[in-house]
Amino acid sequence: MVAAPPRAPIFDQVKVGDPIKPIVLPPISRHQLALYCGGSGDHNPIHVDIDFAKKFGFKDVFAHGMLSMGFLGRLVTSYAPRDRIRRLGTRFTAITWPGDVITLSGKVTGKREENGEKLIDLEVKCTNQNGQDTLQGHATVAAN
Amino acid sequence: MQLDKKVIGHEFEAFSTTVEAGKVKLFCKAIGEEDPIYVDEAAAKKAGYRAVPVPPTFLQAITNDDPGKGGLLRLLNVDIGLILHGEQHYDYYAPVYVGDRITCQQKVTDMYDKKGGALWFVVSETSMKDQSGKLVAKGTGITVVRNPDAAKK
Repeated sequence: MVAAPPRAPIFDQVKVGDPIKPIVLPPISRHQLALYCGGSGDHNPIHVDIDFAKKFGFKDVFAHGMLSMGFLGRLVTSYAPRDRIRRLGTRFTAITWPGDVITLSGKVTGKREENGEKLIDLEVKCTNQNGQDTLQGHATVAAN
Repeated sequence: MQLDKKVIGHEFEAFSTTVEAGKVKLFCKAIGEEDPIYVDEAAAKKAGYRAVPVPPTFLQAITNDDPGKGGLLRLLNVDIGLILHGEQHYDYYAPVYVGDRITCQQKVTDMYDKKGGALWFVVSETSMKDQSGKLVAKGTGITVVRNPDAAKK
């Protein structure tokens, strides 16, 4: 079941502190890492080849940071339509391992007008099952 | 090994690539994106797009089409197993669509180290223009490199 596409937020109705509805993802699987290797063109073997990962001192393969940033993109486009996204950025703050359960969450941190556009600033993040943030990001979307 | 700040300002060779529908579909499957606008032209047009748009971070898949991929690693002379992604930021000026011909130009804009030289931080910017020459997006990435000497200890 696919959720209905979001409508652009209405500037005057948005308040700083408003939450974005969280999304809880299925556990990260090795299969997903293989799909992202092909889909993103990031062929670094450290994400799919455990022998290679161990050679460089890691206990296991781990998720591409950009896979998780893709999740942040999903969160932001659940809040505002794709063509309203003006910025999306993140710091990668912890490694995501196979089996990790990631929750996407965010909130409104600011409202402003720039170049004739009504903009909403968002804080967005990925948090693992231990409560540790794996990505700490931000986004800006254009409102109505 | 020492950080070689001479690479600041280095511009990589620009390249152009065409956004393919099948690649976008696989990318969506990988990130669990199920919105039909990214795979179905009729759904995209109904939602007001001129064609099938790409998800916000699909820009990474576009930049990874670089025939000279790995240029930053070669420039720094480090192995791929020693790098981590520190930060990534995108500025979006216009949506990118399936069928667009995107030209990417990457350059190194800054470098610094932390933890007494154990970690290097390399900042690069990539401009992305469409077939009409319009700037559609800018990517700014920070690659973290574990100093090979420190990583051995």
